Amino acid sequence: MAVDQQLKIELGKQGVFVTTIEELYNWGRKNSVWPMQFGLACCAIEMIATTMARYDLARFGAEVFRPSPRQADLMIISGTVTKKMAPQVVRLYNQMAEPRYVIAMGACAISGGPFKQGYNVLKGIDRYIPVDVHIPGCPPRPEALIQAFMTLQKKIDGQPLTGEERPRHLNPEAQGEFPVPEQGAHDLEPTSNPGVWPIPVVIR
Amino acid sequence: MTPSIAHPDRVEGWNRPPIIEPDGEGELLEVAMGPHHPSTHGVFRMDVALDGERVIRLKPVFGYLHRNHEKIAEGASYLASMPYTDRLDYFCSLTNNWAYALAVETLVGQQVPERAEYLRVILAELTRIQNHASTIGFLTQEMGASGTPLMYAFREREKILDLFEQLTGSRMMCNYMRFGGCRVDISAALLDEARKIVAGLPGFIDEFEALLSTNEILMARCQGIGKLKPELAINAGISGPMLRASGVDYDIRKVDHYGIYDRFKFRVPLGDHGDVYDRYMVRVLEMRESVTILEQALKDIPAGPIMDPKSKIRGFRPKPGEAYGRIEAPKGELGFYLISDGTPNPYRYRVRPPSLINLTVLEDMCLGESVADVVVIFGSVDIVLGEVDR
Repeated sequence: MAVDQQLKIELGKQGVFVTTIEELYNWGRKNSVWPMQFGLACCAIEMIATTMARYDLARFGAEVFRPSPRQADLMIISGTVTKKMAPQVVRLYNQMAEPRYVIAMGACAISGGPFKQGYNVLKGIDRYIPVDVHIPGCPPRPEALIQAFMTLQKKIDGQPLTGEERPRHLNPEAQGEFPVPEQGAHDLEPTSNPGVWPIPVVIR
Repeated sequence: MTPSIAHPDRVEGWNRPPIIEPDGEGELLEVAMGPHHPSTHGVFRMDVALDGERVIRLKPVFGYLHRNHEKIAEGASYLASMPYTDRLDYFCSLTNNWAYALAVETLVGQQVPERAEYLRVILAELTRIQNHASTIGFLTQEMGASGTPLMYAFREREKILDLFEQLTGSRMMCNYMRFGGCRVDISAALLDEARKIVAGLPGFIDEFEALLSTNEILMARCQGIGKLKPELAINAGISGPMLRASGVDYDIRKVDHYGIYDRFKFRVPLGDHGDVYDRYMVRVLEMRESVTILEQALKDIPAGPIMDPKSKIRGFRPKPGEAYGRIEAPKGELGFYLISDGTPNPYRYRVRPPSLINLTVLEDMCLGESVADVVVIFGSVDIVLGEVDR
């Protein structure tokens, strides 16, 4: 239930702070998103540049890069995911604790990018795991990564704690474990996770 | 005559008996470091067998970033491969461009105007400085200096990247050099800015050295660790700062005289011991030498065209033949080998990556060291996985 904005401002002037559990909870969550220290390719360098003094990701409460997936909230898929690496990426995602979010950084993570025609390149990580924010670019500038962070923070802030739209960690029926693909004879098996990425129907 | 094999014991593979006999009675512990490991500079796996803390065996596992660079290039025109070379060693896109342009220029027989040669030298040396500074930053981060030297390095790197961006339009993937010259000319204002950046670099290197060179922790972690003998380095084809840290005087800028490096006065720093500290020191000294090259080049840069008017950058068909172009990239000898069959696409396109070949001696350097030093030795090799796996 939302508090009347006018009343809230009026009370604030009197030194009374009124909020809802939902706002407070999401305010805390969105300002301490800890990413996983996980670089795949070229975009990882821009990700490192974002955390350095000039772009200073610490302003968004996200400077604590965790080496372990168990302690991380956010996975930044920074670079080309090859078919040899895709199973490890999904496995790492499975090891992360809820609530967890994914940013697909760069053209390669979104779609394969310039290497799409390569036989060993996965054509987008969203075939296997749910992605919250996509950033285009090859590589995206640090500003673009910050923009993605702010988009993710807005998304976290807007998530109600009850109802259909609630985040996955509050939904006991939500899918927790995502199937890890395996190397098949010609390609990864399965080639995609239909629950996450419905195979597009081509109408001719 | 049978060809000599540099590493006779490596041929038998992973299942060969260990070179170092374990001394204890306990079992060997096999640890897989990577592919997701904070110190592996990307996606790379080391299967390490440990006897207590000592490394008994080490097997590198590659291919987690194999992006089919060579195969894609064989189906693309010569010019279309230029943006892909940026993504080989993504710290040093401009030197990659140069090596590829040099290979095609050798294949076709093109001349490069003087101003373009100067521009190439300026950009390559700036690339070398930012690569070496970042490498040292990452090396210290792996020793536990979480962030501080890396922040110093990236502060300077951002200044250089700003210049690259103003000139080429991109921070990292510059895609700047063309067969027979460069893509766009540098303005006088930008040259002045380059001079300003170069004037500030000696101060940065002094500060960096004051922070690190005599640091007790850095000396304790680096000196006498990961020694590489010059004989092994030569046999294994090591190049770049790693080879020079072992005391072998081999710099392609001096050996091949490519570009206009003959005109500049600079020295080639060499190490004595071939350990991690020497590799660190050689990189710092190379940064200083790069600054002297930059000062000379920025003083002498002439006016004139930046593209050979006769050169074609697209739609050409080289005569059947082969060419190899190599340069001294910041990580070592970067070469491109091209075979033409008279069509607009290369018949064979092969990259000689310095990172991969420098990594082949990783086991020899790590044997007998403790597992904590493996990370430091690995960091001192200075690899980029985009170039190792391609």
